[in-house]
Amino acid sequence: MLAIVRRDLRLAMRHRADVLGTLFFFIIVVSLFPLGIGPEKALLRAIAPGVLWVAALLATMLSLNRLFASDYADGTLEQLILAPQPLALTTLAKILALWITTGLPLVILAPILGLQFDLPAEALWAMTLALLLGTPIIAALGAIGAGLTLGLRGGVLLALLVLPLYIPVLIFGAGAVDAVIHGLNPNAQLSLLAAGLIVSIVFSPWASAVALRIALD
Amino acid sequence: MIVCLLSLNQVQCLRGERELFSDVNIALEPRGIMQIDGPNGSGKTSLLRIVAGLSAAASGEIRWGGELISELAEDFFGELLYLGHAAAIKDELTAQENLLLAMEISGEPCSISAANEALAQAGLKDGLHLPAKYLSQGQRRRAALARLALSKRCLWLLDEPFTALDSIAVEWVASLLARHLASDGIVLFTTHQPVAIPGHTPRRLKLPS
Repeated sequence: MLAIVRRDLRLAMRHRADVLGTLFFFIIVVSLFPLGIGPEKALLRAIAPGVLWVAALLATMLSLNRLFASDYADGTLEQLILAPQPLALTTLAKILALWITTGLPLVILAPILGLQFDLPAEALWAMTLALLLGTPIIAALGAIGAGLTLGLRGGVLLALLVLPLYIPVLIFGAGAVDAVIHGLNPNAQLSLLAAGLIVSIVFSPWASAVALRIALD
Repeated sequence: MIVCLLSLNQVQCLRGERELFSDVNIALEPRGIMQIDGPNGSGKTSLLRIVAGLSAAASGEIRWGGELISELAEDFFGELLYLGHAAAIKDELTAQENLLLAMEISGEPCSISAANEALAQAGLKDGLHLPAKYLSQGQRRRAALARLALSKRCLWLLDEPFTALDSIAVEWVASLLARHLASDGIVLFTTHQPVAIPGHTPRRLKLPS
């Protein structure tokens, strides 16, 4: 399983433009809002959690297409399925590698970008923590969609399939930051995100494994 | 340890409404080699994929050592080496990295020196550290086939292994097949061209058009 994580990370390193592209997309989308709305601090603070989360979701969507598509095209996916280990472990490894290359950089960047929205320090902490819990869910659920739409043309279908599934993550993720801004305790939202993380890490590798088997049948 | 024995019993394959083939029966003992032949679109690749467990047969059963492969699952994959139509070579990685990774993924990690040795046999000594996108079609094929020189798997399923290869490489692959058979392996392969395997005459299965 670690072999597959290392392999995917190495492939991502050879395709640095793709990884950086996702990251710059996130930075630009988030930065456009303060520029477009103007320096109204109260308004910026109010929209910050939603903007950061929606941008993070869209940025991850950009890289989801690639998760299985290139392995499918060059025949490597057949070899991954025929490896003598449960396919769910293989998909878990790919989800982990996807998160390291696309989710983790967003978590690290988000507090810096949050400064543009005049977020207080506690809200930035809550933002980082919520993204740390939420981005693996995004990657894990996305892997199911990527498996189901494998071999079909266009990423639009994938977006239509997966984005509605992200609604709970968006609500609780943005809610946690919102709570802190209003001086409330974000523990409830963060606990729900953590619960979602556990459920999605347990079930989505298995579900995307089934989707891959169907796609290759 | 599972006994080396592959049997297909009345296997049928449907693609949509169309029947590709039905009533395919194959029994292969250790040292058995069978060549699947037939016109384009007759289902050679489908048959190999069914035997590999990648797709399901519409009806019939495939057994390995007397047990259904669907029940053996990963245990069966551990006996199997499948090389498909697509070479499973990553453009971004060098031939050496590709081979090392393919071996690692299939659960038979090998040393760098062993991989270099196999690639040298495959005639890829010069392309060792070039990304695979600079290799020709035949060279990519050779890099994929270099796995045959390293693998200890019992059952080899090879889909058109001789495509795009020059005569020297065809001889090299044939010698690898002969060596595999000599060590009690089983080979099931598809091809259009007549191939001489030293010391063996493959049984032939002709799929109807």
